[in-house]
Amino acid sequence: MTTIEKTADDAVREGAGDGGTPLLEVRDLHVEFHTRDGVAKAVNGVNYNVHAGETLAVLGESGSGKSVTAQAIMGILDMPPGRIPQGQILFRGEDMLTMSAEDRRKIRGRKIAMIFQDALSALNPVLSVGYQLGEMFRVHQGLSKKDAKAKAIELMDRVRIPAAKERVSDYPHQFSGGMRQRIMIAMAMALEPDLIIADEPTTALDVTVQAQVMDLLAELQREYHMGLILITHDLGVVADVADKIAVMYAGRIVETAPVHELYKRPAHPYTQGLLESIPRLDRKGQELYAIKGLPPNLLKIPTGCAFNPRCPRAEDICRTEVPALVPVTEQDGTELPGRGSACHFWKETIHG
Amino acid sequence: MGRYVARRLLQMIPVFIGTTLIIFLMVHVLPGDPIRAMWGDKAADPAQVASLRHEFGLDQPLWKQYIDYMVDLFKGDFGQTFGGRPVSEEMGMAFPVTLRLAAVALTIEIIVGIGLGAWAGLKAGRAVDTGVLIFTLIVISMPVFVLGYLARFIFADELGWLPPNVQDSMDVQQLLLPGFVLAMLSMAYVARLTRTTFAENLRADYMRTALAKGLPRRRIVGVHLLRNSLIPVVTFLGTDVGALVGGAVVTEGIFNVQGVGNLLFKALGQREGTTIVGVVTIFVLVILLINLLVDLLYAVLDPRIRYA
Amino acid sequence: MPDVTKSQSGGAAVDAVAPPVEADAATTAAPAAGPAPQGKPRSLWGDAWFELRHRPLFWISAVLLVLLLAIAAFPGLFTSAEPRNGDLTNHFLTKPELTHFFQADWFGYDGQGRSIYARVIYGTRASIMVGVGVTAVVTLVGGLLGMVAGYFGGWIDSIISRLVDIFFGLPFLLGSMVVLNAFTERKVYVVIAALAFLGWTTIARVMRSSVITAKQADYVTAARALGAGTGRILFRHVLPNALAPTIVVATISLGAYISAEATLSFLGLGLADPTISWGIDISDAKDAIRDNPHVMLFPAGMLSLTVFAFITLGDAVRDALDPKLR
Repeated sequence: MTTIEKTADDAVREGAGDGGTPLLEVRDLHVEFHTRDGVAKAVNGVNYNVHAGETLAVLGESGSGKSVTAQAIMGILDMPPGRIPQGQILFRGEDMLTMSAEDRRKIRGRKIAMIFQDALSALNPVLSVGYQLGEMFRVHQGLSKKDAKAKAIELMDRVRIPAAKERVSDYPHQFSGGMRQRIMIAMAMALEPDLIIADEPTTALDVTVQAQVMDLLAELQREYHMGLILITHDLGVVADVADKIAVMYAGRIVETAPVHELYKRPAHPYTQGLLESIPRLDRKGQELYAIKGLPPNLLKIPTGCAFNPRCPRAEDICRTEVPALVPVTEQDGTELPGRGSACHFWKETIHG
Repeated sequence: MGRYVARRLLQMIPVFIGTTLIIFLMVHVLPGDPIRAMWGDKAADPAQVASLRHEFGLDQPLWKQYIDYMVDLFKGDFGQTFGGRPVSEEMGMAFPVTLRLAAVALTIEIIVGIGLGAWAGLKAGRAVDTGVLIFTLIVISMPVFVLGYLARFIFADELGWLPPNVQDSMDVQQLLLPGFVLAMLSMAYVARLTRTTFAENLRADYMRTALAKGLPRRRIVGVHLLRNSLIPVVTFLGTDVGALVGGAVVTEGIFNVQGVGNLLFKALGQREGTTIVGVVTIFVLVILLINLLVDLLYAVLDPRIRYA
Repeated sequence: MPDVTKSQSGGAAVDAVAPPVEADAATTAAPAAGPAPQGKPRSLWGDAWFELRHRPLFWISAVLLVLLLAIAAFPGLFTSAEPRNGDLTNHFLTKPELTHFFQADWFGYDGQGRSIYARVIYGTRASIMVGVGVTAVVTLVGGLLGMVAGYFGGWIDSIISRLVDIFFGLPFLLGSMVVLNAFTERKVYVVIAALAFLGWTTIARVMRSSVITAKQADYVTAARALGAGTGRILFRHVLPNALAPTIVVATISLGAYISAEATLSFLGLGLADPTISWGIDISDAKDAIRDNPHVMLFPAGMLSLTVFAFITLGDAVRDALDPKLR
């Protein structure tokens, strides 16, 4: 079984680009929503990639575009009002945005699967979990109802739901939150896809259950050598599981880095702010840092760097020029593989 | 489940008594004397009136009349018409006819209503949706009798496609036109309700999941969406039986269907209390039972509902 | 919104930094809610008005309604013809003269030689009066009972709810037939009373459930905690927030009441001569329909138009007040 060595190893591979074609590559993706009040620009030129066996964490607050990007990849955006004016989403080198609807459908669930945040609403309330799990096999593999049910029980065992055989005919509301999320995971894993997108998979769960579910997800990912895109706003979840992180703000990636480097030395004031707002035992008694202001209104994204109204480092250039995502280097110019920052003052941020 | 049914049946008793009491009082307390009315404008012989009164038990105190009536009812005795025929016999002939008419109407209502609603709901916001919306608005705006005469005039009198009157209620073709007219109003409501639930459920999270599972559209709509969307529609169909009954009175009159509606209408004209109370009592009972049935069906469709 | 602060885990949730303004999910990407720093905040009613203004059906029904109300109030302004006394010798079932706008013979004459145009105009008042009257009574009585039942609960609720159940068991049209049959002289107020007698339950049910929902809201708990009295809570906090569904049901039912009145009059169980009612005219016309469809067409058309106007208005209001449908 392939076990992935995290961080350093991965970062090198990432930098050297040795993995060949990535499993998934998002190129300059734009998504906008046409609403009554105007056009909401939810995603404004996102680039990222994921290799097999790799975990990419996409971090950002509500409205940063992290979920919308995921839905665009999945092909489950509501269009209209949503629209993808430009960009490419390459799966194994093929652009999914130009595929036929039927080809795309065949990728969904079979090659790329998704785990949603709130399993209670994401599972169909009037169908038994066995039916919903078995559906994957019936539709994609043409299994009979009976065989599909047997497979469903197997899956439920796999995600360690106790008494799977007895519970296969139960309905989603009869399970606890953690068990429901396991069912969601089982459903995503059913056909052993190449890539899983998990959209805040633990947000709706109790803290104690969060870790169990996250561990299960990581374990299954290792076992099947899948790519994983983990969308979250929880920095705590990320640290344990992810290989690399992309931080999003106002529909753009503002910083990318291998996971531990990001925690050690953030190269964007926004990331810095996020990290400083984590309560820490060694700073007990001190006032907790908070990023001032509100997340941007997607209908009126500030000019220049979208973060400038909230940024402690903001200067005139930040209000006029959109900073590009540039490679981050050591002070002496040594390359830092996999690192990038979209800040005019990244040098000051990381080294100052 | 069994306990729930038993409890519901028990709860039905006061409602049944209350409802029939209201009808009974309406028929017997309010001004207007049915016996006196039998003579029309002519002068009546007071002795004869009194003896008839006694015969029909109309000289008893009201509460006793009601209790007597209820006791008889449970023995299957609905009393007698002024003409001397047992009401139960009259109803026994008329009910199957109305039942058949209602069955035709219900079938049209369900198939066309849900079909149209689903179509509009799936294309919410597009031209089809607007078209169905306006069509249903027009149908709802037309009272049954307007619709009835219009349909009769167009399809029977002018085009001659269907017979204007129903001679044989066993012939489905003859029942088609009245059934259609009777169904129209509820059909429009069913269409609108289906449209709304479809459009609403389309945006549900589980629909996104179904899409993400790579299911074909047929299956997403036919299994995931339909199962959820039918729940409110079934409830509506249950509560709508009452409207169907009211519409039957009018429809049966227009197309000369010899059903309960016609029977009731004649009885109203003759102020024949026993028949009126009898028919309405049966209707109330049917409505109550159908509501119970719908509640139970609800549990089958929606596993989240549990009966304790 | 899906991303509500949940920061119990070791790390901080990003959301803890600032309240979420924009929803993340695509479905709610439109920043419909939330105090966006730019732009004016919008209220439910303000939003509803915005929605309404952009609906052609709303404007059609509104214009129709104003016109109908004017006709009902001042029928004499719309026709100089006499609606009651016919001229059998000259006008028996005369066909309509469709180019004679607003003339007595515009819609032709009926079987008693009366101007159908005049009858249609003068018939408006009864229909509107019944519709508005029943709606007013039903909203007041049903609304009050529903509110009391929903707010106080307990035995008051039990009694009112059982009463509602009993009346609900009676089919509306069928029940009103029986009730009206008991009256020999059926004036407008009798019809209003009969329809209201059977119709109040719908509003009571709607009001009860929305009051129950509203009273459980946090702002009501807050008001109570601040020591607000029952009356103040009920009328300042609960009622305004429970009103929308009631208004919607009331507007839509108005059309249904007009339709019911016409149906009853048609059956000879509603209004009677000398009151002019479209239902009676349609009933009178039923024998003439084969050769003279115009006798039925115009009153039936006017009736349907009126019901259409009210139902469409109710519909538009419902869509506007229910953000879920957007």
